[in-house]
Amino acid sequence: MALREGTLRLNLLLNSRNVYRFNSSVGVRSLSDNVSSKPVTSSAPEIAGDHLIYTQEHFALKKSLRKIIDQDINPYVEQWEAEGIFPAHKIFKILGSAGFLGVNKPVEYGGLGLDYSYSLAVAEELGNIRCGGIPMAIGVQTDMTTPALARFGSAELKQEFLLPSIMGDKVACLGVSEVGAGSDVSSIMTKAVRKGDEYVINGGKMWTTNGTQADWICLLANTSDGPPHRNKSLFCVPMNLPGVQIARKIEKLGMWSSDTAEVFFDDVRVPCKNIIGKEGMGFTYQMLQFQEERLWAVANILTMMENIILETIQYTRQRKIFKRPVLHHQAVHFRLAELQTEVELLRALLHSATALYIKGNDVTKLASMAKLKGGRLAREIGDSCLQFWGGMGFTSDVLVSRFYRDSRLMSIGGGADEVMLGIICKYMDTLPKN
Amino acid sequence: MSGRVLVGVKRVIDYAVKIRVKPDNSSVVTDGVKHSMNPFCEIAVEEAVKMKEKKIIKEVVVVSCGPQQAQETIRTALAMGADRGIHVEVTGKDYEQLGPLQVSKIMAALAKKEDAQLIILGKQAIDDDCNQTGQMTAALLDWPQGTFASELTMEGDKIKVVREIDGGLETVKINTPAVITADLRLNTPRYATLPNIMKAKKKKIANLKPADLEVDITSRLEVLRVDEPPQREAGVKVETVDDLVARLKEAGRI
Repeated sequence: MALREGTLRLNLLLNSRNVYRFNSSVGVRSLSDNVSSKPVTSSAPEIAGDHLIYTQEHFALKKSLRKIIDQDINPYVEQWEAEGIFPAHKIFKILGSAGFLGVNKPVEYGGLGLDYSYSLAVAEELGNIRCGGIPMAIGVQTDMTTPALARFGSAELKQEFLLPSIMGDKVACLGVSEVGAGSDVSSIMTKAVRKGDEYVINGGKMWTTNGTQADWICLLANTSDGPPHRNKSLFCVPMNLPGVQIARKIEKLGMWSSDTAEVFFDDVRVPCKNIIGKEGMGFTYQMLQFQEERLWAVANILTMMENIILETIQYTRQRKIFKRPVLHHQAVHFRLAELQTEVELLRALLHSATALYIKGNDVTKLASMAKLKGGRLAREIGDSCLQFWGGMGFTSDVLVSRFYRDSRLMSIGGGADEVMLGIICKYMDTLPKN
Repeated sequence: MSGRVLVGVKRVIDYAVKIRVKPDNSSVVTDGVKHSMNPFCEIAVEEAVKMKEKKIIKEVVVVSCGPQQAQETIRTALAMGADRGIHVEVTGKDYEQLGPLQVSKIMAALAKKEDAQLIILGKQAIDDDCNQTGQMTAALLDWPQGTFASELTMEGDKIKVVREIDGGLETVKINTPAVITADLRLNTPRYATLPNIMKAKKKKIANLKPADLEVDITSRLEVLRVDEPPQREAGVKVETVDDLVARLKEAGRI
């Protein structure tokens, strides 16, 4: 039949041209092999009207972003993981041009001025990227380096740093953690000393995602000798200034496609106008965006966890042991049901926290709980699913082993589990008083 | 010349979904199943938007016939760059029985009402694979048609259409107004950027009923039964051509 021949012709053509493809066969679809079994689909409702926080625009946003991921990112993930770096400028430009890097940023600087639920939709959809490194790098750009700048930076500073970061022309990185200070941000040692109309910066930063490719760094430094929560300031520092040295790219257990750097600052001179907002407010500014950062991380890993469960179901359905599919063993499908239940619980927490947040409420406690649970659940899912994949799970050829490695970071970075627990205890008023 | 293009878009079950037949064999399961714009309709929208960007035409009006959800499909087209939408409301049994004949009557009526210069449709929908609406619409309007278009060029008030046919490619030149149906290689549809998705919210979608256009949408067809194709059986490998001939004879095929 003409159509079928045409379709086969099309397959070859499409595969060689890398055109936006309709999944190999247009007009010819696979039918169910078992009419009575329910289709395996993502559990989130697609009906815009019923959703707690998402509207039709949110779903349209996800659809568009998914096309970019399928076309411009996922086909190259294996290669970038092997190379230990992804082309941040190229990818950020694609995302920036489509409007995805400035979702909740001011319209005057190229952003869309939408509420946080839209940023969350982006975070959730980025979880469809087949590694953790690239979503993390994007999240750093959109929700860790730019929020304070957008809120408190001068117009001139926003023009120079915020606008190009939203358009995807400049890559940003965050300089907060140091070799001697991670969870304990207040004990950082990097200093910025005022000399005339410049600040002179000395010190070093660690765990700098995008560090080897970034055009500028959002840097937290001590600017006075006052109390540790009130003596720090945030700066926009171009990475090509004399004295900025990228010491090494760090080799990590996971997140391989994300380049992580250790950066040194040796008498780096930066104009005074590069300070974000007021001197001494740096610590407060950073803290203000923690709720958003944590919700973002949870949204991102939620999609990944769900995809891993789905892939594990697909694999164990066709893989046989003792003459039956692995999935048919009760220990397996019951465990997957438990894990899926926990995923739904986490999703419910995430969405209700977001619903409260966009109405103007403080959701620090809920966001911290979600982050804590996200990190721990990801480890459980990675561990259980990898077990079900057996020997194959232990190879580099499958997503589950990458997820196992990449997701381990969630309990450490962006606020370690122990820090989350401390915050929750503070709200529960169970911490020992001095 | 109005410089107006009418684009028809259809909401269909998403191409990636596994289709299931209802237990009573009356139709396929659509409840709770993911739907999207027909891929060939996306290509049609893209072509129209491109023509507008090149200033060949002035306005892109996108049309969809169906229940409330058809508006989502129209919004997707608006997010891709169409100017306004027309939702022709058809629900319930009428919608189940809506086919190319009815849709082409509606499109023809709208083409006259909107003074359209061009109608662009997808070559076929991926749910019914009819490949009829474009042709029927052209016939009802007595307009020329350029179907299976893989390339369109305006030449004055005529259109040069390169058509994909079984033997290769055929080039025709037709007068406007005309009906075009889009084939796969006409273009690569853009993804809607987020600013355009948000802008689409403000674009207008008019609501009409077939009766408003004086169109009779009664169906002349009745679906008796829907079945899945038989399960594909394993193939058999044979060593020689003689074996093959013998096997085919055995199976009564030759």
